[in-house]
Amino acid sequence: MIISEQWLRSWVSPEIDTEALAHQLTMAGLEVDAITPVAGEFSGVVVAEIVSAEQHPDADKLRVCQVETGDGQVQIVCGAPNARVGLKAPLAKVGARLPGDFKIKKAKLRGVESQGMLCAQAELGISEENAGLMELAADAPVGTDLREYLHLDDRTLELGLTPNRADCLSVAGVARDVGAITGVNVVANESVTVGVTTDRAFPVVVEAIEKCPRYVGRVISGVDMTRATPLAMAERLRRAGLRCIDPVVDVTNYVMLELGQPLHAFDLDTLEGGIVVRDAKPAEQMTLLDGSEITLEEGSLVIADHNRALALAGIMGGENSGVSANTQNVFLESAFFTPELIAGRARRYGLHTDASHRYERGVDWQLQQQAIERATELLCQIVGGDAGPLVEVSSEAALPERAQIELRASRIRRILGFDFPADQVTTILSALGFEVTVVNDGLWRCVAPSWRFDMSQEDDLIEELARIYGYDNLPATRIAAPLAMVADTECQRGLGTVRRQLVARGFHEAITFSFVAPELQAMFRDSESVIGLRNPISADLSEMRTSLLPGLANALAHNVKRQAARLRLFETGGTFVADGEVYQQRQRLGLAMLGARDSENWTGEAERIDFSDIKGEVEQILAGAGIDATFAATTHPGLHPGQTAEVRTGEQRIAVLGALHPTVAKALDLPASTYLAELDLAAILSAPVPAYQDISRYPESRRDIAVVLEESVSAEQVLAQVRKVAGSVLVDLRVFDVYAGKGVEPGHKSLALGLTFRDQARTLDDSEISDVIAQVVDSLTENLGAQLRS
Amino acid sequence: MESLDALKDEALSLIAGAEDSATLEQLRVDYLGKKGRLTDLLKGLGKLSAEERPAAGALINQVKQELQETLNSRKATLEDDALAAQLAAEGVDVTLPGRRVDVGGLHPITRTIERIETFFASIGFESREGPEIEDDYHNFEALNIPAHHPARAMHDTFYVDDSHVLRTHTSGVQVRTMETEAPPLRIICPGRVYRCDSDLTHSPMFHQIEGLLIDESASFGDLKGLLQDFLHSFFERDDLAVRFRPSYFPFTEPSAEVDIQCVKCSGEGCRICSQTGWLEVLGCGMVNPKVLQMSEIDSEQFTGFAFGLGVERLAMLRYGIGDLRLNFENDLRFLRQFA
Repeated sequence: MIISEQWLRSWVSPEIDTEALAHQLTMAGLEVDAITPVAGEFSGVVVAEIVSAEQHPDADKLRVCQVETGDGQVQIVCGAPNARVGLKAPLAKVGARLPGDFKIKKAKLRGVESQGMLCAQAELGISEENAGLMELAADAPVGTDLREYLHLDDRTLELGLTPNRADCLSVAGVARDVGAITGVNVVANESVTVGVTTDRAFPVVVEAIEKCPRYVGRVISGVDMTRATPLAMAERLRRAGLRCIDPVVDVTNYVMLELGQPLHAFDLDTLEGGIVVRDAKPAEQMTLLDGSEITLEEGSLVIADHNRALALAGIMGGENSGVSANTQNVFLESAFFTPELIAGRARRYGLHTDASHRYERGVDWQLQQQAIERATELLCQIVGGDAGPLVEVSSEAALPERAQIELRASRIRRILGFDFPADQVTTILSALGFEVTVVNDGLWRCVAPSWRFDMSQEDDLIEELARIYGYDNLPATRIAAPLAMVADTECQRGLGTVRRQLVARGFHEAITFSFVAPELQAMFRDSESVIGLRNPISADLSEMRTSLLPGLANALAHNVKRQAARLRLFETGGTFVADGEVYQQRQRLGLAMLGARDSENWTGEAERIDFSDIKGEVEQILAGAGIDATFAATTHPGLHPGQTAEVRTGEQRIAVLGALHPTVAKALDLPASTYLAELDLAAILSAPVPAYQDISRYPESRRDIAVVLEESVSAEQVLAQVRKVAGSVLVDLRVFDVYAGKGVEPGHKSLALGLTFRDQARTLDDSEISDVIAQVVDSLTENLGAQLRS
Repeated sequence: MESLDALKDEALSLIAGAEDSATLEQLRVDYLGKKGRLTDLLKGLGKLSAEERPAAGALINQVKQELQETLNSRKATLEDDALAAQLAAEGVDVTLPGRRVDVGGLHPITRTIERIETFFASIGFESREGPEIEDDYHNFEALNIPAHHPARAMHDTFYVDDSHVLRTHTSGVQVRTMETEAPPLRIICPGRVYRCDSDLTHSPMFHQIEGLLIDESASFGDLKGLLQDFLHSFFERDDLAVRFRPSYFPFTEPSAEVDIQCVKCSGEGCRICSQTGWLEVLGCGMVNPKVLQMSEIDSEQFTGFAFGLGVERLAMLRYGIGDLRLNFENDLRFLRQFA
């Protein structure tokens, strides 16, 4: 909503400047988004008339004009195509200053003297229009200062209104709030009644009274469409951001801006039989006045005659029924359509009009007669004609009711936290149009005005009191509440703990979008069913991620493109899959690494990371959660088939990790040695509460052995076998070397193991330990075909 | 006894010239050992008369002791020299960079969420989470936003199907909490939210923290006090001006938007605050009784307030991040700055 400050001040004019007025509006909930002067800064510009215009002797496109300034004639050289005899246009006289501090001086143009400049709108900062001179009305008084004549010392206020404040989509509505805020009287908004000078009428039938509870129409016959919209009205429309169309449409727009009631004017001679307000017929089609053809959807309401649909009710008029330059007789419509009818409907047709914007938020349902009378008054003044009688169809039962609400001082205190001054309750609410009755001390009965669609309960009134009183004037207090200790579960380790451990190990946290490109997702996706968005922002962001890995891979690629050579990223967040009708969200932790193991340093060769690095990270995380997990080879579409492992606890897979698949790496321009892991957050966010066990007082002994095995035997098999045979005296077991090559038979590998023994109750002697080692070696030989390496 | 003096002089000269501990040891053996020359002299005492023997013995022992002491002293000197030489050889350039593991860092959004959680936890607000694919009821209906309500146009919503959306705010978590837990309630709900809008100042995904307090005495005054305290804590400036402006949210009544004095220009007017001197940072209000009733909470017994803030906005103001999109590019040069 953009309104002219002058227009507003013609309704209510508190003695404060524009900035203060804007501030008060903002602080009362009518946020002023912008204050804009209606014209640039200029001086010395007057209304002038071109008396003669002759071709410049030396320039095809220039004319030499004699111009009457009201203070004698001057000669002006002008290049505007519309510079013609009789035209009234703004003249910047010698000494004038134009926007941009441009000073007008005497000049010679191609040898001919020019004593000033005739101006286009753009040159005065009035609009962007720059095609020709600004054409002023024929009756514009020559010699008058242009700023004075057009009342250009005005600014527009752009209000960012919230959807509940439809009542402020008019000058009258904003004025009412200004009056309530500042305590200044507002010009009485009284209805006029225009004398009926003809009994010509056009019948109206409302078939869908529940959608259109009031319809008021009137014929105005014998209008003169050659008349122009008065300058003052045209200027107000322009300042509100509306174009002038013709005097009839201009008047309907003007009354809508002034009072808030959308109006529509039909060319009566294009209508047949009578007006019928009815539901759209199945698959009914119509052409709107913007030329678009639409098929009406079920539940739409149309204004029709006996022959065809004329307008989409409350949204837009139709083609070939509106007024035109040839119109002689007008049928004016002023109706109340319910918000429920219009809400969302215009948007579904891809339309948004001044009318639909107001109707879907709520138009004062008692305003229709007043608005049509006001429009009639203005039309008769401008285009003449005879007004016929008002034809009204309405249903009290279908019209909304004014909300009756009881307001308790105790509730005001409860909500606002202090004793609101009782005398201000009536003052404020009355100024806003409520009927207020004091029932007793501390109880008011209020009837909401018909223009407020956001009043249904006590707290709605309290908000009105608070906003007019001023939120800044309300006290600020501190919460008082019983102190209850918040339960803390020790075995739940927070996500923060996991994140910080990763940070300490060199990982940076990434946050990637929850939606990804389908092609990228496909590279990593198992058979799970994807959740797509109906209205994605772009094809690249159209599927909900089923895994964190695509996003992390993308983040790696972003950095590799920017010369990053060593990266460690992690992300925590939701992943989404459809499980039949149910949308599942699983919280995950993803890791991604590439490049050297350690950051480059003078102390040694930079070694590239390998599978054991990502596995080590996963092991650390699992160990922190007290999970004794086993790793097993598996496959994953995005990962290298020979370097992928999964972690299970029981039946549940809680992690997958591995090297990025070379094909995917190539597609994303990532190096081959890129490693990824993804873990279920739920599995790793608990950790056992520590339970102390006695420390042995006896010494430990270590024995190392090396066994040669077939390549296919996994380390996990060997370690499990060793633990099983060695029993509880084995307190630590490590793999300290893996070797294949010279000295080891092809297809085989050597595994070097370090075993540490200790007993809780005594010192183990050498022979006991040697016996255990012998048993271990025997069982490895027997079960896994191992040979002790000499 | 001339031979004893000669022997002593010779030995002292050799000890003084010895350059390592092996030479010293050999000298000890040569002179003081079992078959050493001084020992031989002692053995030769037997040839002397009983009268001469004590004096001669004393002289020899005196020389023996002197040689031993000189040997010890020379040995200590050699060891000190050797240590000094070793230490000199072992010096390092202490200005060379150390061998270290580079630590990573938390994302500024996480860092900000954690800070905010800490502030509210200190006065008993617990964190709650909920689904990001939300049903229409919890995202809209239960918050007093029925279908086709113009307020829905304020939310550019991503739809998954007819009845599911990507949550446009975390208010659904509040509704779920009100459904399952009895008041008094003090919760905050951080998380990802989604709006179908993307330009310089809008990201289709961003983070919100919403808070909810319901008890028997919550008032708008408490809400004002709480949010003022929070904003002062967050920006670590007790003099930061905070103002409350009436606004509209279907789920609160009265509703307010909260502005802070521009942290960049201190209210003078700059590009960050569009020359207004103020920055909008929060939305809030008293929970609409209709919302309480829909979650079967007695709106006469209980009142409540709710607030919501955009994490990116606060993080960007706090750390001086100029471009919203940086938050989701995960550029290492950006992330490193929050390590």
